[in-house]
Amino acid sequence: MSFAPFRPFLMLFMLPVLLVFSPGSAHAQESPYIVAYDHYLEEPGNLEIEYFSTFGTQRGGNDFHAYWMEFEYGATAWWTTEFYLDGQSTFGDSTVFTGVRWENRFRVLKREHFINPVLYVEYENISGADKIFKEVEGHDVESGHGFRNTVLRQERNHELEFKLILSGTHKGWNFTQNTIAAKNLSNNPWEFGYAIGASRPLALKASAKRCSFCLQNFIAGAEMYGGLGDRHSFGLHDTSHYFAPVVAWNLPSDWTLRLSAGFGLNDNSHRFLLRWGVSREITGFGSMVSRLFGGRR
Amino acid sequence: MREYIAALVFTATFLSVSIALARQEKVPASKYHKDALDYAELAKAPQKARAKRNPLERDPDAVSAGRILFEHHCAECHGDLAQGGRKGPSLRAEEVQNAELGAIFWILTNGVVRRGMPVWSKLPEPQRWQLVSYIKSLGPAEGNTAPAPSPESPSNSATESPSPRR
Repeated sequence: MSFAPFRPFLMLFMLPVLLVFSPGSAHAQESPYIVAYDHYLEEPGNLEIEYFSTFGTQRGGNDFHAYWMEFEYGATAWWTTEFYLDGQSTFGDSTVFTGVRWENRFRVLKREHFINPVLYVEYENISGADKIFKEVEGHDVESGHGFRNTVLRQERNHELEFKLILSGTHKGWNFTQNTIAAKNLSNNPWEFGYAIGASRPLALKASAKRCSFCLQNFIAGAEMYGGLGDRHSFGLHDTSHYFAPVVAWNLPSDWTLRLSAGFGLNDNSHRFLLRWGVSREITGFGSMVSRLFGGRR
Repeated sequence: MREYIAALVFTATFLSVSIALARQEKVPASKYHKDALDYAELAKAPQKARAKRNPLERDPDAVSAGRILFEHHCAECHGDLAQGGRKGPSLRAEEVQNAELGAIFWILTNGVVRRGMPVWSKLPEPQRWQLVSYIKSLGPAEGNTAPAPSPESPSNSATESPSPRR
């Protein structure tokens, strides 16, 4: 079997893996959510490199493995910007690069409140073959993904996506609710979706010893997400919905591992989405870049 | 082909924004002035927050647990020994060491977002109190409790973090 056709994709997704072995990392306290967002932004000047996989079952088609790389940079304490590269392999079909996304999150209030709003703006340039399910919106249903990649790739989406993230943390519990509104820049109607989540560290007090398996390093929770139709047909008709228990393991060796098993809640949903992710935070990335280009940071 | 061009354009834009932002972040003309503004945030803590007592006051492990937390989350900005770094002020200055426990806890919870310190409410409340216990256990820095007068002066370089990360 020749790996030649996959070489560009291997390079694309392996390069950041090499990057994360660079020095200057910090112990992260990352949330376990994969779809929902809470109100915590990246620390200023830090770059987090993340890799995520989604394995999904497909009725009326072949199962797939979708993946994305995420570069998350803390521009300021109130602004985080992220860049995504998406791809997927459909079993018995092909491996394709499906597009890019550029996302920005802005913290609105300068202090911590009972509910903390964060505004989210994203531009997507992806093909119809994209299957990472980073969010579900509109009438996004399983049957729409059952075609061969050559067919799906003919559809090109230039989309603006807005989210209102409302999140709060109380007694160790984080609760978050995301409202999604997306507009395809071609002449399609506004589409809507939602994501909600709750999570909590397994222990609230930190251990006095350095340890990998201490309970405070594990954050467990659940998230639920789905579409809410579009401007012409708002509601649950012809929409898909998922429920997913999630867990994150924040290792003292600077890595974070995430695992999520998503279950479709109706006939329009994929029956099963297994997701996992690995990430590492590089502190002082901004300073590093600044020094390279003559800044004094 | 168009996809690769789009990917290149986005990567270039992302890097440009990062670089532009990084270049804007400059050491202020007077570090003393910047630190003074940071310490002034402590005074903004509401009376109710200041009056809070540390529930882990008698916990013998609080300081050592707080130290590990500090190394993980705070040392990058405030220096390995909390003596101050390029981004964050010294936490061994009198302004911090003489502040009420509740005021330090309040700053940790709310951050000073407009001045670059993120909110740390993602750390559960007991962990924030462990951090407060550790910071208070440090005491004032010997012989230099006030920030250095200017970033260029030799005395300031002595207060800079010896962090090996730099």
